[in-house]
Amino acid sequence: MTETHAAAAIAAETGPPLLETKALSIDFGGLHALNQLTFEVREGEIVSVIGPNGAGKTTLFNAITATVEASAGDIVFEGRSLLGLDPNQVTSRGIARTFQNVRLFANMSVLENVMVSQHCRTKQHAFGALLYTKAFRREEAEIRQRAEKILSFFGTRLVGYRMDQPAFTLSYANRRRLEIARAMATQPKLILLDEPVAGMNPVESAELTGLVGRLRDEWGFAIVVIEHDMGVVKEVSDRVVVLDHGEKIAEGDYAAVASDPEVIEAYLGKGTGEK
Amino acid sequence: MTDTASPLVPGEAKALLAPPRPALSHDWRRIVRIGSIAALGQAFIALSNMPVRLDERLIVKPVLSLGYLVLLFLPLAVGYRQGHQTVREGVPVFRPGLNEVVGGFSCGLIAGGGLAVLAVLLANFDLREPLVNWSPILLDLLAFGNQAWFAAVIWLAIGAGMGTVGGVLRLLGPTSRRAVVTMAIAVAGAAVLESLVVDLAEGMGLEALTDRLYDRRGGVNWNSALGLAGVCGILAVAGRGRLRQARSRHAELQGAKRTQANAGLMALAAATLIVLPLFAGKLTNELLANVGLFVLLALGLNVVVGLAGILDLGYVAFFAVGSYSTAVLTAATSPRIAPEMPWLVALIVVVIITGLAGLFIGAPVIRMRGDYLAIVTLGFGEIIRLLFLSDWLSGWFGGSQGITMIPAADIFGLTEVSGTDPRRVFYLVLVFCALAIYVSWRLERSRMGRAWMAVREDETVAEAMGINTVNVKLLAFVVGAVLGSFSGAIFAAKVGSVFPASFLILVSIVILVVVIFGGMGNIVGVIAGAAVLIGVLGGPKQPGLLIEFSEFKLLIYGALLIWMMLARPEGLMPSVRRTRELHQQEMAQDAWLRGEVDDDGGGNRPAGPPVATQS
Amino acid sequence: MVPRTLRRGTPRTGVDWFLTFLRVSALTVVALGLLAFIAQEIDSDNPFARWANPDATGLTGEQFWGLVVSGVSQGAMYGLIALGYSMVYGVLGFINFAHGEVFMVGAMTGMITSNKLADAGMWESNFIGSLVLIVVVSVIVCSLTAVIMERVAYRPLRGQPRLIPLITSIGVSFFIQNASIVLLGPAAKAYPDVPDWVKTKHTFLQIEGSRILVILVAAASMICLWYVVERTKSGRAMRAVAEDSEIAALMGIDVNRTIVKVFALGGAMAGMAGILWGILFRSVIHSTGFLPGIKAFSAAVVGGIGHLGGAMTGGLTIGVAESVGPLVILEPLGVSGVSQLRDAVAFAVLIGVLLLRPSGIFGERLPAEDRT
Repeated sequence: MTETHAAAAIAAETGPPLLETKALSIDFGGLHALNQLTFEVREGEIVSVIGPNGAGKTTLFNAITATVEASAGDIVFEGRSLLGLDPNQVTSRGIARTFQNVRLFANMSVLENVMVSQHCRTKQHAFGALLYTKAFRREEAEIRQRAEKILSFFGTRLVGYRMDQPAFTLSYANRRRLEIARAMATQPKLILLDEPVAGMNPVESAELTGLVGRLRDEWGFAIVVIEHDMGVVKEVSDRVVVLDHGEKIAEGDYAAVASDPEVIEAYLGKGTGEK
Repeated sequence: MTDTASPLVPGEAKALLAPPRPALSHDWRRIVRIGSIAALGQAFIALSNMPVRLDERLIVKPVLSLGYLVLLFLPLAVGYRQGHQTVREGVPVFRPGLNEVVGGFSCGLIAGGGLAVLAVLLANFDLREPLVNWSPILLDLLAFGNQAWFAAVIWLAIGAGMGTVGGVLRLLGPTSRRAVVTMAIAVAGAAVLESLVVDLAEGMGLEALTDRLYDRRGGVNWNSALGLAGVCGILAVAGRGRLRQARSRHAELQGAKRTQANAGLMALAAATLIVLPLFAGKLTNELLANVGLFVLLALGLNVVVGLAGILDLGYVAFFAVGSYSTAVLTAATSPRIAPEMPWLVALIVVVIITGLAGLFIGAPVIRMRGDYLAIVTLGFGEIIRLLFLSDWLSGWFGGSQGITMIPAADIFGLTEVSGTDPRRVFYLVLVFCALAIYVSWRLERSRMGRAWMAVREDETVAEAMGINTVNVKLLAFVVGAVLGSFSGAIFAAKVGSVFPASFLILVSIVILVVVIFGGMGNIVGVIAGAAVLIGVLGGPKQPGLLIEFSEFKLLIYGALLIWMMLARPEGLMPSVRRTRELHQQEMAQDAWLRGEVDDDGGGNRPAGPPVATQS
Repeated sequence: MVPRTLRRGTPRTGVDWFLTFLRVSALTVVALGLLAFIAQEIDSDNPFARWANPDATGLTGEQFWGLVVSGVSQGAMYGLIALGYSMVYGVLGFINFAHGEVFMVGAMTGMITSNKLADAGMWESNFIGSLVLIVVVSVIVCSLTAVIMERVAYRPLRGQPRLIPLITSIGVSFFIQNASIVLLGPAAKAYPDVPDWVKTKHTFLQIEGSRILVILVAAASMICLWYVVERTKSGRAMRAVAEDSEIAALMGIDVNRTIVKVFALGGAMAGMAGILWGILFRSVIHSTGFLPGIKAFSAAVVGGIGHLGGAMTGGLTIGVAESVGPLVILEPLGVSGVSQLRDAVAFAVLIGVLLLRPSGIFGERLPAEDRT
């Protein structure tokens, strides 16, 4: 763990929770996708959520971003409940996400993808555009600059001529990067990354792992990552939460979680756990 | 592929790679299939009465009427089509040769056979009971005044001939093919646009020219047809490269230069549109005004369908609300309230009313799935018409009698615009079209336009990226409604009366066809689509240049809509983005071939020529 | 993702409030109308009925019964057409807007055949026999029409965004309507005269013979269809393709063939409905297919699209609502000329159902890709 990591971890221990789920339950017609889940994220913290397939990880993200509705419990962000909000309102509160199966606006250019994601942080309405007011032009320029700045965070990959190309021409890894760029553009406090390195080769995944750390250190986002790649989890996380069958079975730093017998059992099956 | 290694020019490479088609290796099943479809089509066209109706319209003075032209076209088209072959890796499977001609001949023969059989049937059976056009007149037309057996023989011959011509067209090089097509289009176009050209020529004092070009009873005469064809053929051969050069030069322009060039083009177009009506007579101006009204409607629908991707089939509702509220506000004869406002003042109120109507109709439907939304808006369009028609509200809107005696639109006391002077109507429409163009152009390049795009692409993700999709879509709906109300208001002042019968669902569909034909989301395309379709074929109730077509125009609109969706869903003049949406895979492949798709290793490799991937 | 409209919760935005207002006011109007109607029926002079509509007369029991029966018989027809919409939507996930025109083609075919039969004298001598004959002809023609439509206009568009085939089907609908105008002429055409027992009201239940016939035929077709879909091998294939066409293809089902069968079946039902239209109204015109088509689509949505029983229930609901609704809800509220508003009521039912319960009465069954 680097020094900045440690410092941030200490800050995280003391600060108030940024996001908190309180006994959150989600039922899909009798199936408990999440059961009484209590978990919290502090400012500047990177939390990994792991668990076998069907453990309810993505459902947790969906619940936080209001795409599915909580059956019981509460989700609190910065001291205010998120229940009953629309997804776009959650995003304006400061939570952004990426999708497990990359979902870009494929036919919009790379730059436009990032520009459009600043929608909830900008104000100019149709009339401004029609009258072509000074405020409108200023805001357009700002949106563009900010988008370019965000894209240059990923090095030279997404800038230059590529900025004006449609997103579907991007490589798989670049699409993942653009998704993160888009999430950054909504100017969130918390970013939810759903399997950011899935399907990447080791070089790319190592690079993206570094990127997650930089996101926190340079931009100050708190980050929740769903990840299967234990190497990545070990590298990035301040804290690891393990879900199984919609319930939290373990929580703590990577070493503690990795040696937890219940976790091993959940991953490898009952018999192995006992051996 | 060898061409990356050897310095062959592409044409030679093609010639090397594509062997001539072996003799008698035709796909006879395909020829029979295409031919029989054409034969059925020919019989359908003949029974639809199109040839008989259009026979009066002469294309080339004594020889060719539009009626025969519609019958000649299909064999030619299938003859050409039959020669179409799969192109693999940019190279046709076979080199075109004599066999294309044989195939075209056979296809055309079968297609002509459709008419031959029909002629024989016409002579021997009476099916007039269900088929209204089963008549001796049709037989007479098919047989050129002779017996049925003559018709059978002659149509087989004509079909085979036209099919052969189609096959021969395949053999021609691209330049000469283009020349031939341009020649044909020029002659047909000159004949179709006859009334427009004559009218303009009269206005400019150039009667001598049109007297020479056209026969007195309509149609281009022999000499001028040949002359026109010659000139256009030469122009096509000579001018092709220049046109392409100019276009690519325009496409390469960057930044300020490009803006300048665009502004120049727009100024040119605007100047033409302002000057043109001055030389045109009443009929032409009437046509221009009608086209303008539909351009305005199409621009409004384009915001909803093209930009925001909401398929609104009840767009006519806003046209109706705009017209009716203008009528109620300005006409003295309005049954319940008659404030008799001046038109411009009324327009402000109308905008507010239609905006509210847009909200009222939009709010319940905006969250529905796209296809449900289409049907429900259609329902709303019909409900609004039924309400205007009903006895219940006839105290307000006059029921089926409508509201009549709507006064002319008074523009700042400068002029009065009414249907009696279509030129003024056209200028008024022009002003509002300019406004509509500005609005859609400006909005498309704003935060709202980007949000519309995102919603069109993926609503769930747009929502997750912080876009309030409901509000954004509702805005598009309202903007479309308000733009529609402009044409409603002008329509009321122009016609001087409003009836429920002017606002059938038909109108919505026609506007939709116009927008799709031109190219959804592309302003220039939409304008061109309206000009071509409404100008030539006519609107739901408005005649176009081909008045003879008025019985068939809706049939043609329907066929056109199907054909567009199957063959070219992005429209005639597609917007870049729509094309991407509809042909994403192909475009991705092309981009890959050009080396513009980055590989997973990262993006530092610049775009360059494709690396040869096959040996 | 759960559809947004299914999410619980209180109104949040302006649009939500407006929708709630719309829902409440729609229910209020319906309730007020019903109350006024009941008040009227008890005593047309009572103050509430007078207040609602000063000219209230009320309906006699016989009139009311007549309305319900005509609603049911028309609704049965809508239900038959709705089956086609519902099945195609269930399998391909798009609205076949031109399905109403298939129904029109059925009615036209029936008109042509029955007139030919009448010319030959068979119509009078053997009415039931000729009826069976025109049904067979019309069913065949309509199935063919639907299959050709699928082959020409929809198959090339498979896998495109949902709105593309919808727009194409609008084109198809436009084309068929206008083809009917240019081939058969724009005037309305009549069916030959039917025997007396079809026209007169029977003492039994006070129903015209034609309506009994319509209801019986519709019920029989419905049972046949149910048997085909639920009990035969091709029916199983259809359900499998509706569930998930890719998986079905992997399981060895010929998806194209199955889709053709779906169109043929839907077309057959529409052809049947076309004949029923002919028996009920004895007149047909090129635009015959448009309104019943839209109403039948509404019926499919009301019942829950993709659900066969739902289509029939929806059809009956729409039929009864448009026949009874104007007189029971609007008339007591003082709306004049209510019979003109029949179609408006049918559309209002569609909008109302989509506002209150977007998945229909029985819930929708969508193709896998649309369930998200």
